[in-house]
Amino acid sequence: METLPPAEEAVVRRIVAEHKARPGPLLEVLHAIQSALGFVPATAVPAVAEGLNLSRAEVHGVLTFYHYFRHSRPGRHTVSLCRAESCQAMGADALAAHARRRLGIDFHQTTSNGQFSLEPIYCLGNCACSPAAMIDGRLYGRVTPEAFDALIAENAPTP
Amino acid sequence: MTVTVYVPGDAGALSVGAGGVAAAIAAEAARRAVALRIVRNGSRGAYWLEPLVEVVTPAGRCAYGPVKAADVPSLFAADFLSGKAHPLALGLADSIPWLKGQQRLTFERVGIVDPGSIADYVQHGGYRGLTRALSLAPAEIVQAVTASGLRGRGGAAFPTGIKWKTVLDQPSGQKYVTCNADEGDSGTFSDRMLMEGDPCSLIEGMTIAGLAVGATQGYIYLRAEYPHALATLRTAIAAAYQARYLGADVADSGKRFDLEVRLGAGAYICGEETSMLESLEGRRGEVRVRPPLPAIKGLFGQPTIVNNVVTLSSVPWILARGADAYANFGMGKSRGTLPIQLAGNIRRGGLVERAFGLTLRELLYDYGGGSASGRPIRAVQVGGPLGAYIPPAHFDTAVDYEALAGIGAMLGHGGIVVFDDSVDMAHMARYAMEFCAIESCGKCTPCRIGSTRGVEVIDRILAGIEGERNVRLLEELCDTMVQGSLCGLGGMAPFPVQSALKHFREDFRARVR
Repeated sequence: METLPPAEEAVVRRIVAEHKARPGPLLEVLHAIQSALGFVPATAVPAVAEGLNLSRAEVHGVLTFYHYFRHSRPGRHTVSLCRAESCQAMGADALAAHARRRLGIDFHQTTSNGQFSLEPIYCLGNCACSPAAMIDGRLYGRVTPEAFDALIAENAPTP
Repeated sequence: MTVTVYVPGDAGALSVGAGGVAAAIAAEAARRAVALRIVRNGSRGAYWLEPLVEVVTPAGRCAYGPVKAADVPSLFAADFLSGKAHPLALGLADSIPWLKGQQRLTFERVGIVDPGSIADYVQHGGYRGLTRALSLAPAEIVQAVTASGLRGRGGAAFPTGIKWKTVLDQPSGQKYVTCNADEGDSGTFSDRMLMEGDPCSLIEGMTIAGLAVGATQGYIYLRAEYPHALATLRTAIAAAYQARYLGADVADSGKRFDLEVRLGAGAYICGEETSMLESLEGRRGEVRVRPPLPAIKGLFGQPTIVNNVVTLSSVPWILARGADAYANFGMGKSRGTLPIQLAGNIRRGGLVERAFGLTLRELLYDYGGGSASGRPIRAVQVGGPLGAYIPPAHFDTAVDYEALAGIGAMLGHGGIVVFDDSVDMAHMARYAMEFCAIESCGKCTPCRIGSTRGVEVIDRILAGIEGERNVRLLEELCDTMVQGSLCGLGGMAPFPVQSALKHFREDFRARVR
């Protein structure tokens, strides 16, 4: 079975040690791992389970229940497009089609140069400024296809 | 004298350029060697005017908006720092008609104060509710909340005082106050605005709840999609500890209350209270069977208050001004005010806090100004993705829990999503089932399987395969989900579908794909 590289294993063990005394720590631990590594590798599950005295199945079950946790390394920038009703009322479907064409990928995929991952998201709470998008935690509203292209250009790889 | 300029740090304002505007104002002031202080306030909720910049003048706060970074040099040239005329000038912020007509109780400080400053909060009436609560016995605090008529603003509309009394009546031991800040409904953003614009009111409300029921630990369960709210909450909580409004000796009362933010992870179902408790305990967000109620066996098996952000943030006002003052607003069994959110295809979208009783038409046309596209409004969805679609024939319905229930709709968390006549209601019905399939926790069969079958049946109807028969099948399936699901997700996801079938049947015709 594949194992976690030693450096990452150390990070995971440190995070578990930091959180294990708190009540109900598993989600906090998974968030901290994703913040540190960019995703939660399946190979981190045994160390988390051992550290928190849970079964691997329990940890796997939680990790895979929540949409927010990623199971593979994402692109350098994560582009999330809101797919919910308010944004649909303002052209989110057309924006999504444009984004897929512009990036050449579908939702849940990463561009071949590793620059962008495209994710669907269900409401960013910016519904008076629909359609909304989020790039690496920065929120954007009233996103037209032209505005989307400008944001992608801003985040394009530097030559 | 140093002039104070307000530029919202609210996520919605930032999303349309407030960060760049603040930077441009600071740079232009430096270039002109003008001393000014920039405060990053919350948003007043008039999002069509964002970024809305305000300047403090002797006459009051003068507003300019919507401001782009490129407008900043001309604002300085026009001497906006003295509140002078400019094409973007809106006069005094408090006099903007859209804001002036509102009845802001819960949102009285949102967009006004510096969200990170306890001193500013106190100066604007903050912590008066807590002071009053500390002079009362726990049962008297609960009684005040009961008498105010406050009902859960998250959507279930359960009387808050009754929930609190149940927790109070449990034998003492570890009890919890949890705040459901998993605001996942499309078309809603009042919780976010409040947490970003006046987080101290939520902290105060939770502290009062703790005193009322004898709970010493609070958790705010915040959705991961709200990084800006997370930052303002953490700053405000740290400031409240610093000022000893949280911790071992709340406001020198000898009472303890600790508060912590926990992040969700992108699961809509965790807005359901028992699923939220599972998630707070670090497990899969699967719904629990009730009874026992969370008020009796909640977080970690202990008596627990679960309330929404707006509910808890309304409590300080009620304690400070009195239950009667709050109950004097509203109609019927819907007492007080509701922060209504106008969203989607609407010209003047944003937050309108008014007493219950306003009609949808007043909201959509008087406040909203009609659709953003200029086309006729064909449907509105009230109450999030599980809410019914309402046709124009019902726009004279009042915003009131019972009145909306009377037309087969629900108020939910007070979000109104507007669609113009280009909407395809069969597509929206399909989306409701698709969303339910994505977000189902999987615990019960009607929701887990029913939603997937729902998408398939709608696809067959639209493909022209046995249309009549499949419409009947869809209606039966909806009925099964409503009757048989464990919680509101599967139990209400059919509402938008059923309402689309009822009011917009013409959209469910076979089409060439």
